[in-house]
Amino acid sequence: MVLHPSLKNCLWLSCVLRAPKAGFRSTASGALIIQSVSNDVYQNLAVEDWIHDHMDLEKRQVLFLWRNSPAVVIGRHQNPWQECNLRLLRQKNIKLARRRSGGGTVYHDLGNINLTFFTTRKKYERMENLKLVVKALKALRPQLDVHVTDRYDILLDRHYKISGTAAKLGGTSAYHHCTLLCNADRFVLSSVLKSPYKGLKSNATPSVPASVKNLFEEDPTLTSEMLLDAIAKEYATLHQIDHHITLINPADEMLLPGIKNKTKELQTWEWVYGKTPKFSVSTCLNMVYKGSVLDVKVNMDVKHGRIEVCHIDLPEQWLPPALYSKLVKSLTGSKFCPNETTTLATTLLGVCPQDDELHSRWNLLCENMIMLM
Amino acid sequence: VCVHRVRSCSSIRFIKSKYVCVFDKSALKFSHQQRLFRTSAVSCGQIVQFKLSDIGEGITEVTVKEWYIKEGDSVSQFDSICEVQSDKASVTITSRYDGIIRKLHYSIDDIAFVGKPLVDIEIDASKGVASEEDVVETPPMSHDEHTHQEIKGHKTLATPAVRRLAMENNIKLSEVVGTGKDNRILKEDILNYLAKQTGAILPPSPKAEIIPPLPKSETVPAAPKDKARKIPLPVSRPIVFSGKDKTEPVTGFQKAMVKTMSAALKIPHFGYCDEIDLTQLVQLREELKPLAEIRGVKLSFMPFFIKAASLGLLQYPILNASLDENCQNVTYKASHNIGVAMDTEQGLIVPNVKNVQVCSVFDIASELNRLQSLGSAGQLGTSDLTGGTFTLSNIGTIGGTYAKPVILPPEVAIGALGKIQVLPRFNGKGEVFKAQIMNVSWSADHRIIDGATMARFSNLWKSYLENPASMLLDLK
Repeated sequence: MVLHPSLKNCLWLSCVLRAPKAGFRSTASGALIIQSVSNDVYQNLAVEDWIHDHMDLEKRQVLFLWRNSPAVVIGRHQNPWQECNLRLLRQKNIKLARRRSGGGTVYHDLGNINLTFFTTRKKYERMENLKLVVKALKALRPQLDVHVTDRYDILLDRHYKISGTAAKLGGTSAYHHCTLLCNADRFVLSSVLKSPYKGLKSNATPSVPASVKNLFEEDPTLTSEMLLDAIAKEYATLHQIDHHITLINPADEMLLPGIKNKTKELQTWEWVYGKTPKFSVSTCLNMVYKGSVLDVKVNMDVKHGRIEVCHIDLPEQWLPPALYSKLVKSLTGSKFCPNETTTLATTLLGVCPQDDELHSRWNLLCENMIMLM
Repeated sequence: VCVHRVRSCSSIRFIKSKYVCVFDKSALKFSHQQRLFRTSAVSCGQIVQFKLSDIGEGITEVTVKEWYIKEGDSVSQFDSICEVQSDKASVTITSRYDGIIRKLHYSIDDIAFVGKPLVDIEIDASKGVASEEDVVETPPMSHDEHTHQEIKGHKTLATPAVRRLAMENNIKLSEVVGTGKDNRILKEDILNYLAKQTGAILPPSPKAEIIPPLPKSETVPAAPKDKARKIPLPVSRPIVFSGKDKTEPVTGFQKAMVKTMSAALKIPHFGYCDEIDLTQLVQLREELKPLAEIRGVKLSFMPFFIKAASLGLLQYPILNASLDENCQNVTYKASHNIGVAMDTEQGLIVPNVKNVQVCSVFDIASELNRLQSLGSAGQLGTSDLTGGTFTLSNIGTIGGTYAKPVILPPEVAIGALGKIQVLPRFNGKGEVFKAQIMNVSWSADHRIIDGATMARFSNLWKSYLENPASMLLDLK
């Protein structure tokens, strides 16, 4: 494997990426292998978007290799509340990203590698890509029992999922990306992918849980670098190109004009949470107040990540009716987000009578509501 | 034959799409019709059924997940229409036509079938119908370079609206860098190109600089003056501004601010400002910073400001009070829960340090660290954000000297601290020295607090900070 981080290479890469349709005639390549130098999930997803939108894949196909620091990535049409433990993510500072392809939720860390196969829509062929990965694995370690299922998963020992797949098709181009578990933190993986939120009803794409295993557990001599290299080699052989990987910096606006905006968009609340398909929350808060337990039924409809409708079934006069209706009115239209709810709740409290009893009831109710988010 | 049919049936809306929307096989045949369509003068719009194209891999059905348009919206070619999903693949369906959406054949979560109609689009026939392929080549025409923007082998993608804009501005599409999907040229690209061409305000364009030569009989010395007067003003290029007003509802943090500030408006504010010489405090903090760091705490100036305020409140408890809604009763709060205004990504939040009256400067510093890290992570709880009795806002970290802070109900006073500046001041001996000066701006509720009280509190606070050793006498 040869890496060319020279200036000459940058200019060449720039030409390849920028002026595809001007009939750029290169010497050999029908394909290109690139690897991201960044571990930021948003930057890497932005590179995928950029290639999808701007590169002419008719003349050359692309294989993009990338790894992320700890992050949970949900599919385009999924519900993050349903898929993962958002509280835990916030505590552990694990990023949440929504990708543009379909499919289910995955946990990424540096022990997981991502492969994206870019082709034209006509040449979109997921099975072939996965077979290439399996071929690469077997070439590296012939004794590995790995095979592709018809659900586009790769299984180890016929049982453990080591790779999940998703795809995105646009106007003229398409991409198929998949993960490969080398040495990810399985403990964190299973704890963040377990949602604590109850009473959610939605038509969002659900994830299909599976038993997973790291390739490292099967063969401790394997590293992420070795796997990346093996796959690149196999791809290079198939496309009859040089086995060399070009490094790409997702923060380089000169090389990838418009990439900063794409990265920013992927990080907005409107994209990550706001794109959640409409869902409803129907649950019961068990509030412990002065020795007794209050069962408070809560019903909310959430659309575009914002509370459309909110019903809280409190015992009569538990809170002054005027204040209660102010709370419901405030929540309606605001984000289904603990931070925003806390701010609204505390502000409302500031402008109402200074009664300790009232304050403690209010705080209790608000804290319980926030637990739902 | 097909064309004739269309012409004669101009008043009937076409539902049968056989002649209008065909698949790849008859694309060749179609392109001839396309040209004819362009030049024909059919008056009304035709309804075209836009069918769901092949997804690949033998997939026959997909689920509709999101609509980007609704009935009645106008769309341009290449605009996104909807997002469908099939077996882990998410597909963006883009429009092949310019027109108005007349009917959506599916709702969200319905199953859509490949080859069946997805939406009905009413096409303005004078604009012409695009060929079946996604990449559009405008047919070469005999005259006028601007209408055929095809350079040898180079396809330029642009919607008719964009092409018109280019033509109106005498721009060759081949010279414009497209930043849209598939390198498509967008309206923004034309505008950027224009901006570059026109420069700042008055560009000397080659055409405009051609000054008609003066007849020789005219006075030659006057020529320079004439030339000066004749500086060409570029009138021909219209400065196109494509920005649009954006209206959004007030929600979330802004809503909270609206509520708080509307309530604050009811409070009659008065202000009192002063400058504090922090030279000694700056030195003290430098000495104490490493000690705090050893204990794992970052020490800023705020803990000192907060503690000094609390000491001041012990002498002037009315500033730590609350007036009830009817202005009948004043409640003197026992706890000094001093709020610290924080600027976060979402906006202004004010968590408070509880019971400062029994906290040491170090305790306050450590609590501030905790609140700051929770604040920046967006994880502050209700207890941290409620129960405040007095607030300090360190706007100086961003900048500014004097301010006019707004009291946060149900409190009755607030202080805004400006930035620390190094300024020349006179000492007791009349010598000029370098002083570290910070300005403070107080606002108080004039219904229960008078100017004298505020001034005396401020003087006391100032004296503690200007001479930190004096705090030792009154520390509890």
